[in-house]
Amino acid sequence: MKKKKWYDYLWIVSATYLILGFFNILFAWIGLLCFFIPLLLAIFGGDKLYCNRYCGRGQLFDLLGNKFHLSRKKDIPGFLRSKRFRYGFLIFFFIMFFQMLFNTYLVFQGTNSLKEAVTLLWTFRLPWNWAYHGTAAPWVAQFAFGFYSVMLTSTVLGLVTMALFKPRSWCVYCPMGTMTQTICKAKYSCMGCGRKKKYRREPLT
Amino acid sequence: MAAKRKAEVDQKSCVACGACAKACPIGAVAVWKGMWAKVDTGRCVGCGRCEKACPASVIRMKEVEA
Ligand code: SF4
Ligand code: SF4
Ligand code: SF4
Repeated sequence: MKKKKWYDYLWIVSATYLILGFFNILFAWIGLLCFFIPLLLAIFGGDKLYCNRYCGRGQLFDLLGNKFHLSRKKDIPGFLRSKRFRYGFLIFFFIMFFQMLFNTYLVFQGTNSLKEAVTLLWTFRLPWNWAYHGTAAPWVAQFAFGFYSVMLTSTVLGLVTMALFKPRSWCVYCPMGTMTQTICKAKYSCMGCGRKKKYRREPLT
Repeated sequence: MAAKRKAEVDQKSCVACGACAKACPIGAVAVWKGMWAKVDTGRCVGCGRCEKACPASVIRMKEVEA
């Protein structure tokens, strides 16, 4: 067996993050790290080191699905792993994300008042007022509620597909995963152009 | 001599998640430049763990002549 490294325990961070949001929604801001770290690693490193090594969410699904046997371990249906679905989900995710940012802006501007709720699956509004203690500006809290909604929604979707298919099924359509892979492919093909070389798919080895 | 089994990745459909690399006991498969997984066929012992772990089910075990 391979020896476990410190980064094999980052699932603890992911689980703690979700729990902290129950007590104080402002912790949701920390989740921005899960957006910037993978993107920076992809843009500057040109690889998916985040997915491949550090992502605690992937580890959490792996742990629950394999060690706790909470997964049927069946093949994922073809359409869920199709490019069309993966990119479609990425675009949908982006739209919902910008809508969330716009909501934050409206609260910042004073057009809307703060809604102390977490929206699950972009539809179900769960009251979450116990987790906000009035210690931050309303827009700061609004962003936290919105961001936590994104994180909770993706966790729920991930848990459902983990149970139905293989443990890390979420990784097939995870917007961060799709985005970082796209960046890596774009980066590689651009490097190829720079060297006046045609971008060719590496032969199967 | 009996045919050996080696892992083979359908690189066009690989999502580069790295679940295979984490599952491989000898580090014979890794994600290459964040794009897709590559198997080091010289080292792969054909145990099939990567095939089981791959969430996109894009790894198949292929019989090769030893
Ligand atoms: S695909 Fe998403 S959930 Fe999976 S390892 Fe990458 S960032 Fe984490
Ligand atoms: S078949 Fe076994 S040895 Fe070969 S790459 Fe997969 S996990 Fe590694
Ligand atoms: S587990 Fe499957 S989808 Fe993920 S990197 Fe390996 S071959 Fe690709």
